[in-house]
Amino acid sequence: MNPIRSVCIAGAGAIGGLFAGHLGSLVDTKVLVRRQDHADRLNREGLRISGKSDLQTTVLASIEPAELDDVDLLIIATKAMAVESVAKCIAGHFDRAAVMTVQNGLGLEDVVAQYGDWPMISSITFMSGVRHSDVHIEYELDTETWLGPWNQRGASMNFAQAVAELIRNSGLRAKAFEDVRPAQWSKLVFNSVVNSIGAVTNLPHVKDFANREKITDLGNLVARMMDEGKAVARAQGIELYEDPWEMNVNAVNRGKTGEADYAHVFSMLNDVRAKRSTEVGWLTGAIVREAHRLGIAAPIHEVMYSLVKGIEQTWEPNDERRGEETAT
Amino acid sequence: MKICIVGCGAIGSLFAAHLAQLENVEVWAFDLDRRHVDAINANGLRLSGESSVLSYPRASSNPGDIPPCEFGIVATKSMHTQSAIENSAGIFKQGAVLTVQNGVGNEEIIAEYVPRVMRGTTFPAGHMVEPGHVAQDTGGKTWIGPFEAKPAAQEEIETLASLLTESGMETLAMEDARGAQWTKLIFNAATNPIGALTGLPHGVACDQPMLRKVISGLVAEGVAVAGALGITLDSDPDELVDHAREVAYLHKSSMLQDVLAKRATEVAAINGGIVKFGQEKGVPTPLNEAIWALINGLEHSWTRDDQ
Repeated sequence: MNPIRSVCIAGAGAIGGLFAGHLGSLVDTKVLVRRQDHADRLNREGLRISGKSDLQTTVLASIEPAELDDVDLLIIATKAMAVESVAKCIAGHFDRAAVMTVQNGLGLEDVVAQYGDWPMISSITFMSGVRHSDVHIEYELDTETWLGPWNQRGASMNFAQAVAELIRNSGLRAKAFEDVRPAQWSKLVFNSVVNSIGAVTNLPHVKDFANREKITDLGNLVARMMDEGKAVARAQGIELYEDPWEMNVNAVNRGKTGEADYAHVFSMLNDVRAKRSTEVGWLTGAIVREAHRLGIAAPIHEVMYSLVKGIEQTWEPNDERRGEETAT
Repeated sequence: MKICIVGCGAIGSLFAAHLAQLENVEVWAFDLDRRHVDAINANGLRLSGESSVLSYPRASSNPGDIPPCEFGIVATKSMHTQSAIENSAGIFKQGAVLTVQNGVGNEEIIAEYVPRVMRGTTFPAGHMVEPGHVAQDTGGKTWIGPFEAKPAAQEEIETLASLLTESGMETLAMEDARGAQWTKLIFNAATNPIGALTGLPHGVACDQPMLRKVISGLVAEGVAVAGALGITLDSDPDELVDHAREVAYLHKSSMLQDVLAKRATEVAAINGGIVKFGQEKGVPTPLNEAIWALINGLEHSWTRDDQ
């Protein structure tokens, strides 16, 4: 018998929606969102999942944690930069719950742990979805979510296994690990490289990322940068679960039909195209900070982090003199 | 005295229009843009902005129309050097050819086709207003000197320098023009692509401490390569970066302008030039390599239809 009888998902974007839409078919599922109209629509219409699953689920949604009863598991499924505001919002609530973070990037568990003494689950997810509306998510890539007790203030391994089992029973894929950091770091190194390069070059994940014939081929830059990331992981005793270069090669070959490139548009590139803040600080920037803390050189990461932050500056004109630029 | 400008875009037109004012010089312009050629032949070549000139060089898109010339001045974008000099080499069988292009590596290409070569660096900039009309945006000096492997004679260098100065473009004849060229090269390699990749004007980029550090990192690699080549720089490129922040805070680099117009950039002659000479001398240039690959990637993104 699974000990988890009730869950709350904070954030109902693509990933949060996939968790809520699937878990809602199994257990009592609540959704904490930011907009009242989003909560109203979820309460009225429920959540529809299409694509790899076909589900219509009823959920209880609110913008106030006080309106949602305590739960056994709370999954924070927002973008990295929204995690702190969620943590502030749930502080003093959900006393019984364990909290699981699923963001890309490093250090989100620490952010949450400042706001309450919930036992924590670290996780990373490889699944993907397309958010068609506030109440409709398409389940796109049915790849796994990997989770395990946070190495600092973790929930028990038994509980982590129960979470993985619950997620599997709901129709998604999941696996529990004693130590999820090797997997987390594989994805971190992979993402900090390919997302930042995609954001700066405006390229989706095309074959260029694995080409290493000429000196100017992007694959050389990818490989050199991944070496920096791997060195940072190694310096803190983490043996990567997967080789990020292999992940890169597999990704550009996946779904290839004839000559057409498999062209996944990275989330960071989507953010840049939509002129939104990116997660670069939690990915590439996280590796820069860890490298600095450990006294390791990561010069290409510094270049890529600076360039993406520079791009963000183009739509954040907060310098007085920038006014002249638009005025003249 | 006959002088032919090879590539009569914005920079080439500055040279052609100034020189054509001299009475003892016959100026020809070789350019593939027929509308510009026709306009020059019909109405002359006009400069506005920092200069006010109307003069009458002769222009053609066919090198066969152009008589043998004592001097050539190559002013194409660097990716067109090879085809431009290949087509026009017959004009300079007895001549000396100067390049005033961006980047490094142009002299080597030109030297494959003509007997005597000069390296040059020019600071004036301009933009095409319409066929037959170029606006000069900035003034500044031009430095010219021998290309060591296949040098023009020092008298030729001095003759051309004084003609240019007399025409209104202050030009210094040097025995070694590499210092001026590499100072500008390193400055361009460190600043142009930062603007091009982020979209930020020069001064705004400099005000981001992390980006400013990247600029210094790029400068340091270029300085190391120049040192290995035995070149003494005219000035510290890092100080030029700060100076440009003061005088050209909102300037958008030419590479950024190329990117905004989705035109091929000159990164291969600029950052690529530093990388290639670095390889020759065994000096690592990882940051310039990264920048070169990123600009190439960005150029490739324009060929995709998913945007």
